[in-house]
Amino acid sequence: MSATKKRKPISTGSEWTFDLIEDYDREIGRVAKNFGLDTYPNQIEVITSEQMMDAYASIGMPLNYSHWSFGKQFVDTEQNYKRGRMGLAYEIVINSNPCIAYLMEENTITMQALVIAHACYGHNSFFKGNYLFQTWTDASAIIDYLLFAKNYISQCEERYGVDEVEQLLDSCHALMNYGVNRYKRPRPLTAAEERERQMAREEYIQRHLNDLWNTIPRKEVSEEAMVVRYPKEPEENLLYFIEKNAPLLEPWQREVIRIVRKIAQYFYPQKQTQVMNEGWATFWHYTLLHQLYDEGLVTDGFMMEFLHSHSSVIYQPPFDSPYFSGINPYTLGFHMMSDIRRICEKPTDEDREWFPDIAGSNWIETLDKAMRNYKDESFIMQFLSPRLMRELRLFAILDDAERPTLRVDAIHDEMGYRRLREELSAQYNLGNREPNIQVYNVNVRGDRSLTLRHYMHNGQPLGDTTDEVLKHVHRLWGFDVLLESVTPKNEVIHAYHCPPRESTIELA
Amino acid sequence: MSYIIDRRLNAKKKSTVNRQRFLRRYKQHIKRAVEEAIHDRSISDIERGGEVTIPRRDISEPVFHHGKGGKNTRIYPGNKEFVTGDEFQRPEGGGGGGAGQGKASNQGEGEDNFTFSISQEEFLDFMFEDLELPYLVRKQLKDATSFETRRAGFSTSGSPEKLHIVRSLRAAHARRIALGREDRKEIRELRKQLWALEALPTGEVSQEEMQALRDKIAELDKKARRLPFIDDFDLRYNNLIRVPVPSSKAVMFCVMDVSGSMTQTIKDIAKRFFILLYLFLERNYKQIELVFVRHHTHAKEVDEQEFFYSRETGGTIVSSALQLTADIIDARYSPADWNIYVAQASDGDNWDGDSATCSDLLMKRILKKVQYFAYVEITTGPHQNLWYEYEHVHQAFPDEFSMQHITDASEIYPVFRKLFEKRTEGAA
Repeated sequence: MSATKKRKPISTGSEWTFDLIEDYDREIGRVAKNFGLDTYPNQIEVITSEQMMDAYASIGMPLNYSHWSFGKQFVDTEQNYKRGRMGLAYEIVINSNPCIAYLMEENTITMQALVIAHACYGHNSFFKGNYLFQTWTDASAIIDYLLFAKNYISQCEERYGVDEVEQLLDSCHALMNYGVNRYKRPRPLTAAEERERQMAREEYIQRHLNDLWNTIPRKEVSEEAMVVRYPKEPEENLLYFIEKNAPLLEPWQREVIRIVRKIAQYFYPQKQTQVMNEGWATFWHYTLLHQLYDEGLVTDGFMMEFLHSHSSVIYQPPFDSPYFSGINPYTLGFHMMSDIRRICEKPTDEDREWFPDIAGSNWIETLDKAMRNYKDESFIMQFLSPRLMRELRLFAILDDAERPTLRVDAIHDEMGYRRLREELSAQYNLGNREPNIQVYNVNVRGDRSLTLRHYMHNGQPLGDTTDEVLKHVHRLWGFDVLLESVTPKNEVIHAYHCPPRESTIELA
Repeated sequence: MSYIIDRRLNAKKKSTVNRQRFLRRYKQHIKRAVEEAIHDRSISDIERGGEVTIPRRDISEPVFHHGKGGKNTRIYPGNKEFVTGDEFQRPEGGGGGGAGQGKASNQGEGEDNFTFSISQEEFLDFMFEDLELPYLVRKQLKDATSFETRRAGFSTSGSPEKLHIVRSLRAAHARRIALGREDRKEIRELRKQLWALEALPTGEVSQEEMQALRDKIAELDKKARRLPFIDDFDLRYNNLIRVPVPSSKAVMFCVMDVSGSMTQTIKDIAKRFFILLYLFLERNYKQIELVFVRHHTHAKEVDEQEFFYSRETGGTIVSSALQLTADIIDARYSPADWNIYVAQASDGDNWDGDSATCSDLLMKRILKKVQYFAYVEITTGPHQNLWYEYEHVHQAFPDEFSMQHITDASEIYPVFRKLFEKRTEGAA
């Protein structure tokens, strides 16, 4: 060890050059490999701040179809950046193979190294290893698919007009969160297959317009058939259901819906693993750069600058601070990852009691296992330790609309640990965060109206934009749309209609 | 293992399309903001581009989300003194319960405004769109006093340092092709004959015939090669010409009636007219000074703020303003150094006995010194004596003096156009 300790630092100044970036990448890559990080090949792209804003605006992707909402995002980012209200993120990293990471030219070499460690080895290995990304996304196909989507949509714009396409996309975006399959998963397709399939689908739909709307009278119309709902089981993927069943849509419109749905599906794992993903990447940039420091490859000045930005990234303002805007996923993730390492390396009695299976185990293996097999919700449920709850001084507030006051439900003490952990885990359950809305029924034999059901969680009603969203559903579906809020006891307590109906009419 | 790519030179404006889409979608909002800006901003500052503010709720993209109510447990960090079971009032302003979906979203339906800037060009687009004008046409004004050298194609004569090598070689090449054409044609013919002969079995052709053909080809080839590679005739030179540029200094007088009869609407129209004129001049001159003269029964030189926004009442004596304008020109703006423009806006009201004095002042003291005097009358009523008096002036000075009538805002640009039509055509 002492032999390597005397090595010469890679750089001493703050300016970066391509050679230096290469050197750092090589060293960080070497160290990462020693820690067993398994990554896609990296494609590191140096860009300007303007290009970074471009990337921001198209949801971080290197290319995307055109839509005004991306323009809005861009204009907003630009304005905030120019006024110095926000800095740009140091990096954007794309879950693709090779894994694309952007470095901004304005940054110092320290920051570039930090980003390389964070994105190219942290996030990259997470993308490659985590089960959600493995099952839900296809890193090798995404760029091709986006290219296909961009071209397809611009063709549609030429053929059917920008306004027409824009309206359709607006409606799809409104339902984007409901365009994912949460449970089942189709086999991934390559872009070429995707194109072929698209042609085939178009043709098929042209020829056999859905059975659902078949006007040829059925042979038997029994009383029983009248009661059968369509779909038989509620469908969680609204966009999918609309794509396959909306009576009036043109083939190209179905394809556009499909594109939005696919992209939503691609981003779904990122939403579910925010804490883990950022925690993992932050933990590894911290660990990797410290390793370089231990080997004498970086200077003290480098470490000072790195630690400064590291600690501002993981700063968690307390709940009463004006800067508080929820729990910082970087803080929580980083601390949990470090905490797991601590439990493995220096377990206390408490840890042995709470985590008998990992206390004292090999930390690299344990972390790797955690990274691969969990999402935020289960990760927190499994690994949040009492010690960390004490350190972050977590507490739970119960806000019950039926009571006049807020109540402190649990704090970081013996009584509260389990409850805190459950609640925090539930907080990261997407199923709780977004209202659970599913397709309940289509009036197949009558006015073709679509009934959605909102299965209420903890008695929370829908927000005030519900009617607006329903207009979008109505645009896609083409016939009346009904949305019912249902309590766990199966009582309908609120119904929304689009187009609006007399509220007194009870549901059939 | 890693590829490092420099993308900095790649297309920067990837978001331009999206931005355009956004602007297109919110055209109405932006137009409104631009109109407000025209109203609020100072003249010399109007062209800067600007900030556009749209209420956030107008541009939000709705999604299904949870509303307030129900049971909700949230975890917060940084506990100080709470213990389990503590109860307290809900904080005002919704800071507690519903907030905290991870990071604050910038797409929530908060009531704050969405502000962004548009560029100068876009600003002008929106501003003139109202007037049905996509772009201001840039044209020369006459009375240019200085010159600048510009490229103007190529010439066959010139000094060696202006030699254009590519053009010269191109001309030489063309000449060689043209002059050698007949010879080459013949060479090709002869070659064909030669090949025909060579194709025949050896016994049947005389070697002399073939040798003669070969000699002939060689001779012609030599002749073609004798054409000079480059000739004096081929040389091309960059041609530079001197173009007049307008004098870089101009002064614009804004003269406006602020008597009781001038309503805010009329003043607004006048202001827009002044702005247009200012923009037009600014495109031709590097430096422009503005002089604001307002008048009712007395004239006064004021600053811009006072010019547009102070409220005055009283009668109207137009000659007072013209008198003052003439005085200011004499005192500060010598016609030798300055391009002088005067724009006068009024509702046409004047004290009856005064109009003759006005035309007198114009003809004797002002029109000889100014580049251009534009009078706009903003009124929906019938013309009064000032208009008729000015018509005489127009007949006497058709080049320097012009007058137009505006009834509402939509006419500003066409009228502006008319006012400058003759002049720009004359110069072009």
